[in-house]
Amino acid sequence: METKGSLVSYALVLLFLVLLVAGINAGEASVVWEKAITICLSCIGVG
Amino acid sequence: MVDIRRLIQTVSVFLCNAWMLFPFTKNIYQGELKSVCVPGLNCYSCPAATGACPLGSLQTFFAGIRPSFRTGSYHLGLYVIGMLGLVGGLVGRMPCAWVCPFGFMQELLHKIPSRKMEIPRFLSWVKYGVLALFVILFPLVIVDVFGYGENWFCKYICPAGTLEAGLPLAFLQPHLRELWGALFYGKLAILVLLLVLMVYTRRPFCRVLCPLGAIYSLFNKVSVFRMVYYPDRCVRCDECYRNCPMGIKFYEGANQSDCIRCLQCMRKSCKYGAIGFSINGVATIVPGPKEKTEAVSG
Repeated sequence: METKGSLVSYALVLLFLVLLVAGINAGEASVVWEKAITICLSCIGVG
Repeated sequence: MVDIRRLIQTVSVFLCNAWMLFPFTKNIYQGELKSVCVPGLNCYSCPAATGACPLGSLQTFFAGIRPSFRTGSYHLGLYVIGMLGLVGGLVGRMPCAWVCPFGFMQELLHKIPSRKMEIPRFLSWVKYGVLALFVILFPLVIVDVFGYGENWFCKYICPAGTLEAGLPLAFLQPHLRELWGALFYGKLAILVLLLVLMVYTRRPFCRVLCPLGAIYSLFNKVSVFRMVYYPDRCVRCDECYRNCPMGIKFYEGANQSDCIRCLQCMRKSCKYGAIGFSINGVATIVPGPKEKTEAVSG
């Protein structure tokens, strides 16, 4: 078992989990939703 | 026998694009699921899309970062960064092989009988430039008078947006066709070029241009799930390379940045038990009939 490698992996997973929760806590999920429910003119090549 | 990866890829395409009422509504899905980013490249303006595109969402946060500081909301994109890092930290680039609808399409097109050719390996570095410039730097730095940037990758490059959203929406909402100009035709040219390349080469978009793959690839060497190489068993027959959707020679590195962990080499190519994987540093698959050898990860 690679203990050092595993620790790095889990530290990274934990770090990004904290970021994810912080983002949700800051209301960023609703920003994503607002963007995603309107047609993105940039994406479809007209804006 | 059913190929489990093909099955999961197919299910994923339908889950990411499950809104089947769009021919009647003539619009995109607007339900609450759209606040969740899917792990693969799937345009959120596709009429059938049920989730949000992580790349589009990330650019939106970067493009709006100055106004968000002005208003005191401080939206830094942690939600999307956290989601991408969490997936990458657990499985690295695996979503590219198992759940990305655009990756799946590339593999299907590559099955069309034709003379196949290889992409020069140095072009794999281009995607990191696309990530750094079009997804991060330009949206952050190039802003209008109000401080808003643009989604540069979506606007100038993304072929998934043109294919999944631009073309279908033009049929659902014909007035959009009146807005077609140089921008649209430029993106259409990129899409057509890539579609042709997909027939002749293995996953050209994933290997050269995809910023999402570039992000996940950064985690390949440190993720919880990792590939393992047993060098004593490898005879360098190149069977792994011939069957790899990304054109990788596994013996050159067990967790190369372009490895999408499709496991095709392990399951279908290697007859010598030289390829396995580990979870949490523990080799889950102990391959081959030979005696136990020293495993090399990394």
